[in-house]
Amino acid sequence: MAEYIPILVFTAVAFSFPIITILISKAIRAGRFDPVKAEPYECGIVPASEAFDTRFSIRYYLIAVLFVVFDVETVFLYPWAVMFKKLELFGFIEMLVFLGILVAAYIYAWRRGALKWV
Amino acid sequence: MITITHYLVLSLVLFTLGVVGMVIRRNFITLLMCVELIINAATINFIAFSRQAGDVTGQVFAVFLITIAAAEAAIGLGIIVALVRLKQTVQLDQANVMRG
Amino acid sequence: MNMDLRADLLALLPELTLTAGALVVLLAGVGGGGRRHGGLAVTALASVGLTAIALKIAVDVSEAGRLFFSGMFVLDPFAVFFKVLFLLTAALAPLLSRDYLERHDYRPGEYHSLVLFATVGMMVMASGTNLASIYVGLELMALSTYVLAGYFRREVKSHEAASKYFVLGALSSGVLVYGLSLLFGELGSLDLAAMAAALGGAERTPTLLTGMALLACGFLFKVAAVPFHMWTPDVYEGAPTPITAFLSVGPKAAAFAIFLRVFLGGLEGLTPYWVWLVGGSAALTMIWGNLAALTQDNVKRMLAYSSIAHAGYALLGLLAGSELGVQSVLFYMLVYLVSNLGAFGFVILLESRGYAGETVADYAGLARRQPLAAFGMLVFLLSLGGIPPTAGFMGKLYVFAAAVNAGFVWLVVVAVVMSAVSLYYYLRIAMQMYLREGQEGEGAEVLAAPWTARAIGVCGVFVGIIGVYPAPFAAAARTTAALIGVTLP
Repeated sequence: MAEYIPILVFTAVAFSFPIITILISKAIRAGRFDPVKAEPYECGIVPASEAFDTRFSIRYYLIAVLFVVFDVETVFLYPWAVMFKKLELFGFIEMLVFLGILVAAYIYAWRRGALKWV
Repeated sequence: MITITHYLVLSLVLFTLGVVGMVIRRNFITLLMCVELIINAATINFIAFSRQAGDVTGQVFAVFLITIAAAEAAIGLGIIVALVRLKQTVQLDQANVMRG
Repeated sequence: MNMDLRADLLALLPELTLTAGALVVLLAGVGGGGRRHGGLAVTALASVGLTAIALKIAVDVSEAGRLFFSGMFVLDPFAVFFKVLFLLTAALAPLLSRDYLERHDYRPGEYHSLVLFATVGMMVMASGTNLASIYVGLELMALSTYVLAGYFRREVKSHEAASKYFVLGALSSGVLVYGLSLLFGELGSLDLAAMAAALGGAERTPTLLTGMALLACGFLFKVAAVPFHMWTPDVYEGAPTPITAFLSVGPKAAAFAIFLRVFLGGLEGLTPYWVWLVGGSAALTMIWGNLAALTQDNVKRMLAYSSIAHAGYALLGLLAGSELGVQSVLFYMLVYLVSNLGAFGFVILLESRGYAGETVADYAGLARRQPLAAFGMLVFLLSLGGIPPTAGFMGKLYVFAAAVNAGFVWLVVVAVVMSAVSLYYYLRIAMQMYLREGQEGEGAEVLAAPWTARAIGVCGVFVGIIGVYPAPFAAAARTTAALIGVTLP
């Protein structure tokens, strides 16, 4: 049973910390409200609308697509980097071919204007 | 103790959810998510089997599956963007000019 | 290590060449060169030509029967036969598309490069000896063709084709890869030879059989066999016609290549189980494909059902399984490729504006207005129907003979009856062309499209030669089948 005591203590601290901080801030804050205070915090910019029913531009999808593709392809770079020494020239040439194709795709996306916000 | 059966049941549940979703849903974005569910179910299987057998081929294939799933999602999103530009909807059943 | 690297890269030379060609076309197609239809089509053709040379070099310098990339890739005669088929398709596709793209005013760069990328995928599929490399090739092909089906962005139908193709295609690849994962769990490997070896002692557990069945469903979807054919008519009707032509032959042949290699190579030990699945599907495919084609008024839709039916005939060769069966499928794929591309070539010629020129009635009185075109179309239709002395007859003969030899008499009876039914809808177009008098202003005119005409000419020559003198082609298919044998190492 003794080995569970640290967990018990940890749980008690974890639960009490937010409760106590909320109670303290409630006790010492000034009780004035105005509408600006109720708005979501957006780095000083006045929010344009409610967060959940904003329709945002379909252009974000294009950016998302490009991001997903180029981001996930790097998953091959990690195993290659870890095994770089063992894979020798073979792995190096394979990776050059792979990166060559990726760079060509990047140039294509660039020249086609996919990176421009229109 | 988590055994291989746990993983297989999890992946079976995900696979079934994905297939059923593909059949009954008509929102293109939901369909895209169902495709991801199916592929991820297979990925879980590969990793679980690979771990059980103590051999890495399954894990390597899982990496390939992840990238293929990303490419598939990219193509799907591309088709959705084109669909929205043309018809202002992501509901697939509103695209039905041809019989069948 | 260095010797291995050299050998591996040399074996992959054709794929590398074609990838480089596709990238060149892609990059040349953006910016100022975006509308150079002729130049881009020629570049695409040239890269296919270079790839053919690279294939010759790769075959010459590679040791026979050797596996490359740690057992992932092989360059056996079976793979080479299919690669030649794919390169033929890839060479005809730019020819068929060039005038069509210009007429409809769509950018040629991405189009031609996607066709080439799809071809790279098919070539990898033909060479794959590991389900991992086969699957990656399959996805490369599938993802490229999804985009191609929706290439005509301003047409609602093309969109619909892309959406349906994508959704159902993604579902089928998902099912396929889930099946793969179960097989991997039971057999401990994705390598076909290792799987075949592991099958020898493996218990026939439900998991193993489910995996096999899911894999079979995925493959049957890719060859468009009933009951996994629902996507075919819509996709074939909605996609740009040259892409329909490409889809109906390239990916179908590639799917048959992996079907043969996986089910006769890796999973041969499970034959008693899959033979019923595939046999039942083949029978349904032949019956439903032909019956549904009878009622179609749209020629592209009719040819879609006809291509479903042809997949059914070719499945007979797979079922037969023997060397003769493999040979007959290879030969059938060649015959079907040239006949179908030729027939679609005429549909492309007749599509004067938008999707017009697609209905059967548009062919009325064509023989009077354009006798040569009508005769050409007739030859391709007869070949698809399997009438001697065209190539189609020889193709069917080989497949049916192989199936009878293997004891599938009932399936051959179904196939023969259904071939007779198929004559009705092929000859319906012939009747329109020769016996109906098209009224003035009705019926589509054949457009002046020299590139498409050249492609049709190539197909016509093949159909004629194979029909009259099939021996060398059959021999090529035979040596191929004999050399890889039905069983892989």
